[in-house]
Amino acid sequence: MTATVPLSAYLILSAALFVIGVAGVLIRRNVLVIFMAIELMLNAVNLTFVAFARFLRSMDGQIIVLFVMAVAAAEVAVGLAIIIALYRNKESANVDEINLLKG
Amino acid sequence: MEWLMFVPLAAMALITATLVIVLRNPVYCALSLVGTFFALSGIYLLLQAQFIAVIQVIVYAGAIMVLFLFVVMLLDLGHERPLWLQRDRPRLLIGVGAVVLLLLELVIPVGSWTARVPQGSSTSELMGGVGNTQLVGRLLFTEFLVPFEITSVILLIAIIGAMVLARR
Repeated sequence: MTATVPLSAYLILSAALFVIGVAGVLIRRNVLVIFMAIELMLNAVNLTFVAFARFLRSMDGQIIVLFVMAVAAAEVAVGLAIIIALYRNKESANVDEINLLKG
Repeated sequence: MEWLMFVPLAAMALITATLVIVLRNPVYCALSLVGTFFALSGIYLLLQAQFIAVIQVIVYAGAIMVLFLFVVMLLDLGHERPLWLQRDRPRLLIGVGAVVLLLLELVIPVGSWTARVPQGSSTSELMGGVGNTQLVGRLLFTEFLVPFEITSVILLIAIIGAMVLARR
């Protein structure tokens, strides 16, 4: 084990993935793809947790990742149900056309 | 040796993640997101988090992406206009600018991060002895028992909420 990957490499990869997710939320208009970009951000944060858990020799990070995954699963179920309900009303998955709350 | 595994996996994660936000067809987006999940699962293996890696494949690549694909097929989404042909170029530019700023803000502190933090007791020798899954399970049912139970309540509420919302 001479040349191991340092913690900063994992953190930079995680930051890059998170930023790609933010970019997806900002520039895409399809509500499903925006949802996928949010999943991408959740995964980037999970990677940070696991990397710190490894380098601080603690298991707590991995437990938190389990909870994040459970909450992500719940979020996906409810979010997709909302998207289906929206699509029934609007016949569209474009966030620009979903502006009922816009006054 | 570790770099030999890390670099291809990281490259795969970054490329597939970029494809998710660039491709126009939502089905292709979902499939490249599955690629990202598999690459991350490999990275979790590198980080000696075997249980998390397996759960990543089963829960994310298995359950969540199947849900996504079902909804994509259910909704019959048309093709989105390509990014470079979208009407409002200012918003695109503002989005890219904000993203570059955020990336710098996240990456620059990593280089100068030298804080000394106390280290826990879960060494790789311990993990080789009892195994990662057993360590996770032991913590989950002792120290983190209350959050674990709350998670089950959250999942139950999500099931009920999804049924209520998606019902005609």
